Parts: sequence; structure tokens; C-alpha cells
Amino acid sequence: MKRTVITVVGKDTVGIIAKVCTYLAEKKINILDISQTIVSGYFNMMMIVDMTDIAMEFDAISEELEKLGQEVGVIIKAQREDIFDMMHRI
Amino acid sequence: MININEVIETNKMIEQENLDVRTITLGISLLDCADPNLEELNRKVYDKITTIAKDLVATGNKIQREYGIPIVNKRISVTPISLVGAAACKKPEDYVTIAHTLDRAAKTVGVNFIGGYSALVSKAMTHSDELLIKSIPMALSQTERVCSSVNVGSTKTGIDMNAVKLLGEIILSTAEYTKEKDSIGCAKLVVFCNAPDDNPFMAGAFHGVTEGDAVINVGVSGPGVVKKALESVRGADFETLCETIKKTAFKITRVGQLVAQEASRLMDIPFGIIDLSLAPTPAVGDSVAEILEEIGLEYVGAPGTTAALALLNDQVKKGGVMASSYVGGLSGAFIPVSEDQGMIDAVEAGALTIEKLEAMTCVCSVGLDMIAIPGDTKATTISGLIADEMAIGMINQKTTAVRIIPVIGKGIGERVEFGGLLGYAPVMKVNNFSCADFVNRGGRIPAPIHSFKN
Repeated sequence: MKRTVITVVGKDTVGIIAKVCTYLAEKKINILDISQTIVSGYFNMMMIVDMTDIAMEFDAISEELEKLGQEVGVIIKAQREDIFDMMHRI
Repeated sequence: MININEVIETNKMIEQENLDVRTITLGISLLDCADPNLEELNRKVYDKITTIAKDLVATGNKIQREYGIPIVNKRISVTPISLVGAAACKKPEDYVTIAHTLDRAAKTVGVNFIGGYSALVSKAMTHSDELLIKSIPMALSQTERVCSSVNVGSTKTGIDMNAVKLLGEIILSTAEYTKEKDSIGCAKLVVFCNAPDDNPFMAGAFHGVTEGDAVINVGVSGPGVVKKALESVRGADFETLCETIKKTAFKITRVGQLVAQEASRLMDIPFGIIDLSLAPTPAVGDSVAEILEEIGLEYVGAPGTTAALALLNDQVKKGGVMASSYVGGLSGAFIPVSEDQGMIDAVEAGALTIEKLEAMTCVCSVGLDMIAIPGDTKATTISGLIADEMAIGMINQKTTAVRIIPVIGKGIGERVEFGGLLGYAPVMKVNNFSCADFVNRGGRIPAPIHSFKN
């Protein structure tokens, strides 16, 4: 399983989660976990997703998510989960 | 499972505190390219580098995109060229053709520096070593991406003072050859004592003869992350300070380990080492000097600087060693002047001198680094500076280095612009009392007593 962390940071507005989730569903990306918090006034959402069944390259998904973010006015990043695991787990 | 605060912490390090992987350096052995025919040798060198390194930049970029961590440089180090070219090169100009080949190969594969235009002469120079050293001013002025280094001493062999004397002249000559560009050639030339075989950082990287055919070495960085972490423990005691540095170094190094493993897997080239160095850049917030100031100094150079640097260096290693399966290279805090805004500010404020920098090199890697000095400094004075630094390395069984730039046409206090990662620097005062009689003696300084361990 190729787990990826998608983060969404920006001003809170209606429908952010809906838009991201719709996109992920279209691409057959399964959401494993969602959490959100507010850090210094900004909306922070993190999703852990499974990209095993994607038909496209990781890069392409990452770019499309970035674009989607720009449309909604937030920053969306997709990163392989390993970087967080390595840093925070022994 | 990873929680949101951990994700936020990592991304904050990357986005706001300049956490990055400073370099993925691909070491390539050129020993099998040796050939008595110079043209044939050049062809083999070009072909081998451009074949093995063809995917290096693309791989670095792919890792950068997938993990969201900037990988600033992709570089290549090769076997010291004095060994590769010994059979073919009969005059310095012959060596320069190899420098051109390295430069061309670097441009073809898209790396910004290629290191290994080097000679290892810690006991004495062969004729071939001497030819290579004499070709350095030409090589560095006629190429753009080639980096050169010469190892002139070690704890086991002592110091080759003939080479030290020659290099004083070579550094001045390199400065003269590149005087239109603020003597930038000297920024690509490092003189070492106890040079490691697996250093991924330029300008001193070369692929040692103890290494395999090809290897991936990674240099991590993150002075900004350490500085930020220390802001949260202002006024706390040394135990808290040290624990904070250690934990931060662990996290930074883990990222380097991940990147190194991934690069190794994607390119099918063995992983060598992680170099645990805090490497500054001229960017604000990416400074080793700022960490030392955060520890409690008004400016770097104030009394206490050496102690603060010693503890910083030690804690970075303690945190980093556990985070990586193999540690090597230089592994210590770098204190280049021109590449660190805090160092530049300290020099301009009058707080930091070459003598204090020399003391600081006793407790960290690597040496007198990226220091601009007046262009009219005598060759023997430069050799004297080199000899002092080499002695520190030899006696303390550590790597030391000298990368100083006598800027032709500029004097104390004037500013020199190198551009990019090399930054800018104020020209510093050098002690000009003569050491000519010392340097001109010739021969070598014997290995120290504590090197006899058998």
C-alpha cells in the first residue's frame, strides 16, 4: 500500500473537504484517515490516503491537487507518508 | 499512524525554517578509465560519468516532488584525477583537458558541481601529483563546474610542507587567473588534512580509492530548524539546550536517510553515508552563526564562541548518528564566512577575526572556509595559514581544510560578490608578519607521536 499524506492549509471556507474528497474519489484514492485543526488562525487539514489503485503518475495527481487548491484559495500538498514516519517514529 | 501535529511540524521545518537536503552526491570511480592515451582517457571519463549519472538529476527531482522536501544540489564526485591521469599526462596542460572533460560531463548530466580534480599528497607528491597541482589555476579558470582539492597532510603521515608551500603559490595564481570574477577560482579549491573519502560536500568532494564503483552520499542540512527549536528554550540550562539540539538533529538526519535510501533504490547504486553537517547558506534564517547567537552570544567571535560551537557540533552528531545507518563525510557544523549571513555580520561588526575562526576549527568541521583576504597577501603567508590549519587537523585527528580567496585588487573591508550559494564576503585582515623562512625550509613535518598506535 502506498500511503500518502495530503495536507490542506488556508482560510476556512465552505466546501473545501467536499471538493478534495470528490477529486480523490474520481481518482480511486481511498481515504484512510482525516483530521483537522486550526493553527494560528489557519485551517489545517490532513488526510492519509491510499494511492495503490491510481491510474496516473503520483506527480500528475500532486499537480492537479495543487491546482484544485489554487481554485479554492488554499494550499494543497501531497507527500509520501514515509517522510513523516521517518522523522517522527523510530 | 502519523498525527496532524507531526505533519504540521515537518512541513513547517520545510516551508519556514529552510529544512532541505543539501546535496545528493554520486561518487564515481574513474580508476578503470586510466589510459596512456590522453584522448582515449578523456573519452572513457566522459562516457563513464554520463552513463552512470544520467538519471541523477531526474531522480533527485522525483524524490523532491514525492516527499515535498527540497533537494538543493545534485552533484558528482570522482576518483582523484592525479591517479586517473598519471599515465597519460606529461604536462599541466594535459591535465587541463581532463578538467574540460569533467566540466562537459557535468553540463551534460545537469549537475552544478563535479569534484575530484584532486591529488592526495599527504606524505609526498609524485611527479603526476605535482603536474596536476600546477594545472589547477588553468583548470579552475577555464571551467565552470569543476572543483579541486589537495590533501596535504594526515595524522598518520604528517604534513607535506613542499605541497603546502606550492599551494600557497597555486592559490595566489588561481586568484590571479580569475581576477575578473573576484578571484572566484579559489572558492573551488580546498586544501585538506585528513580528507575523508566519502565527503558529499563541495568544493572538497572526491570519490576515494577505498570506495566502490559508484555510491550515493547525502549531505543534510537545517541550521534554520535548529535555530527555531532553540528559540523555544531561551534561558534554559545546558542540559535542556543540548537535548533540544540532539532531538532536532535526529529529525533532520532521518529525512536525509530516507532520501539517500530512496535515491539508492531508484538508481540501483549503493547507499554510502549521510554527512551530518549543519551547512549554512546565505539565506536569512539558514545560518550556523545565528544558532550560536541563539545559544547566547551577541555576535559570533565573542568569548564563549568556541565552547558554544563545540557543544553544537557534538550534539548534532549525537542526534544524527542514531538516525542513520551509516554516517561519514565531514559531519560537523560548517563555518564558512561568505555562505553564512550571521558570519558576515559578525565580521563586519568587528567581532570575528581569522584567528578566532582558526580556534573554532579545532572543534568543528571543517576549517578556514570561504574567507576573503587581501589580494596582495604573500604566497608564503597563505602557506603559513594552511600549515597552521593542517597542524590542527593532524594533531587532533580530524579533518581540517583551507578555502581562502585572496581577492586580487581588493583590500581589507571591501566586499566581494561570489553569487549564488557561495554568497558574498568582506575582505578580512591577515596577520602579515613574515613566515617565509619557516615555509621555505622544504620537506615534511613528521607524523605526531599519537599516530603510532600499532
